[in-house]
Amino acid sequence: MNTIAKWLASDADPAFRKRTLFGIGSFLLPLLVWSMVSYVPWVWHPKMEITNPGGVDFLQVGMLVDKYMFRDQVADMEKQHLAVPQGTPANPIYLPAPDQVAKALYNGIFNSPKDTDVPSMPASLWHSIQLIFWGFLISSIIGVPLGILSGTYKSFGRLTGPFIEFFRYLPAPAFGALAVAILGIYDGPKIAIIVIGTLFQQVLIIANTTRKLETTLIEAARTLGTRSFKLLTRVVVPGIMPDLYRDQRILLGWAWTYLIVAELIGTSTGITWFITQQARYQHFDNVYAGIITIGILGFGTDLVLAFLGRKLFPWDRTQDRS
Amino acid sequence: MTTDILPSYLDQSDAVRARFERIRQREVILEVRALGKCYRSAQGETEALRGIDFTVRRREFVCVIGPSGCGKSTLIRILAGLDNHTSGEVLLDGKPIKGPGQDRGMVFQGYSLFPWLTVKRNVMFGPEMNGRSKDEAERDALLWLDLVGLEKFADAYPHQLSGGMRQRVAIARALVNQPRILLMDEPFGALDAQTRAKMQSHLIEIWKNIDVTVLFITHDLDEAIYLADRILVLKAHPGEVQEVIEVPVPRPHTLGQFNSPEFRATKARLEALIHPESEGVPEDEQKVHPHLIRLTDVTDNVE
Ligand SMILES: Nc1ncnc2c1ncn2[C@@H]1O[C@H](COP(=O)(O)OP(=O)(O)OP(=O)(O)O)[C@@H](O)[C@H]1O
Ligand SMILES: [Mg+2]
Repeated sequence: MNTIAKWLASDADPAFRKRTLFGIGSFLLPLLVWSMVSYVPWVWHPKMEITNPGGVDFLQVGMLVDKYMFRDQVADMEKQHLAVPQGTPANPIYLPAPDQVAKALYNGIFNSPKDTDVPSMPASLWHSIQLIFWGFLISSIIGVPLGILSGTYKSFGRLTGPFIEFFRYLPAPAFGALAVAILGIYDGPKIAIIVIGTLFQQVLIIANTTRKLETTLIEAARTLGTRSFKLLTRVVVPGIMPDLYRDQRILLGWAWTYLIVAELIGTSTGITWFITQQARYQHFDNVYAGIITIGILGFGTDLVLAFLGRKLFPWDRTQDRS
Repeated sequence: MTTDILPSYLDQSDAVRARFERIRQREVILEVRALGKCYRSAQGETEALRGIDFTVRRREFVCVIGPSGCGKSTLIRILAGLDNHTSGEVLLDGKPIKGPGQDRGMVFQGYSLFPWLTVKRNVMFGPEMNGRSKDEAERDALLWLDLVGLEKFADAYPHQLSGGMRQRVAIARALVNQPRILLMDEPFGALDAQTRAKMQSHLIEIWKNIDVTVLFITHDLDEAIYLADRILVLKAHPGEVQEVIEVPVPRPHTLGQFNSPEFRATKARLEALIHPESEGVPEDEQKVHPHLIRLTDVTDNVE
């Protein structure tokens, strides 16, 4: 790939190398900590996994017991001259090792069971993505124009501003019950929660971005004979486009946060349903796989959008820094 | 320096006097009568301009100078239609101005090109806004880019140009609309001395070759004398016209004239007007005497 070639080239830009190195490092470090805790037996490991119950009748192979309890039992058996139980240090069930999670991730994506009526991880995820898509789209269709208008026309901003500021403080999940009553129990209320969660912030943020457009640009356009509506379409909108794009990327991240709340409303669905369901059965490797998938998806989308941003706005040099 | 007696800046050679006589024959383009401007803000009223009177004739080059805060920008913004005046009137070709219009082009000090448009599209912006077809606009834009020597950069974005090149594009963008008057607010203020000198002679070349009148703001005395036919000297608090000076340096102006007696006499007069020795200095002009404590080692002296 191009990036790899760039990395390997002897004349590779040192700044680029450094950035890539730090980028990889920021993921490797937490992974290293996780691996240490998982694979080095004397790091943490507060439990013992029984390999041989010995003379203790309530122990079974594969059972997890606390270390102090295990030690008590060993001492007890030694006193009674019975076979001592044996076991290996282990972590609690809620902390699976990286390889288990990796396996769960692989199986979840490529070998998910097709016959059960339980939705697979990809199916759950796909449902979530659709919710995000519609929620964010509806929010943007209303929020972006409102934001631009409030930022451009003072009086419009004064008219809408206070109410939006007020509504912004109302927590979106509080509207859950209302949304279900109005829109039914399926996807309607979930999309509504994402919209409520994003829309008001969106209007304020975009209004602010619009207000920050260089006044000289607007004045220059006016001296060149630009009037009212054209000023909006030919100067304000293209002028704020790169910042607007960046705002949208941040807001999309927020939409993901509201997704998790939204999916718990009405009939639980999507990736949230998958995660809570797996946690209930103590399949914590699947839980982590689910959470990591959301992370990968969100971060991946943002990387792609950042890359697109550099292509879309070659004239905006601040895109390179994000 | 030499101690010879300078001629008066009011003395004009016959050629210069004849030239001003010819200028006075031309029709008036811009007429400013008893213009006043008051800013009202939370801190109270600021009288930025009071009783400004002057006229500019067709194809005249007029410079406006004055100390910082004397209302130069306020004046040019009113002429451009970006600000309203509070008293008096401004007539362009005998008609009062109402808001910005394509009959007045403006070049700003700072960065004012549209960063999302290429150089060519920047220049096409004005004609397109004024209802010209895209083809016409493009033809005009290329013509003007050629005139300012930037045809090679037609497809570059503004951020790829140097400061001087950007201002040349800004000039082309203003002139492509064929304004009656070109308003320039310290357009070369941010440029280094060398680029600035080049831009000045370039501007003179343009002005000689097309039918345009220029009103040019600067705080650089040399620049004003080099460029102008007449110099409007403002004073601050409130902004008023102090004197209108007819530059006695014969045209065409060259860099060699910077040491001519006429040039130095004019400069001496401007200096006397702008930096009066005795008069009370306005607050923002006062010399700053910061109360400093020694923050470095006592023996660590730089002088
Ligand atoms: N928007 C405003 N509100 C209130 N006062 C203003 C405003 N703009 C300018 N002024 C005041 O009007 C006076 C003239 O300002 P102006 O910017 O026209 O000066 P200037 O001659 O262009 O100065 P400079 O040489 O520093 O650019 C100043 O005293 C300034 O404080
Ligand atoms: Mg100014």
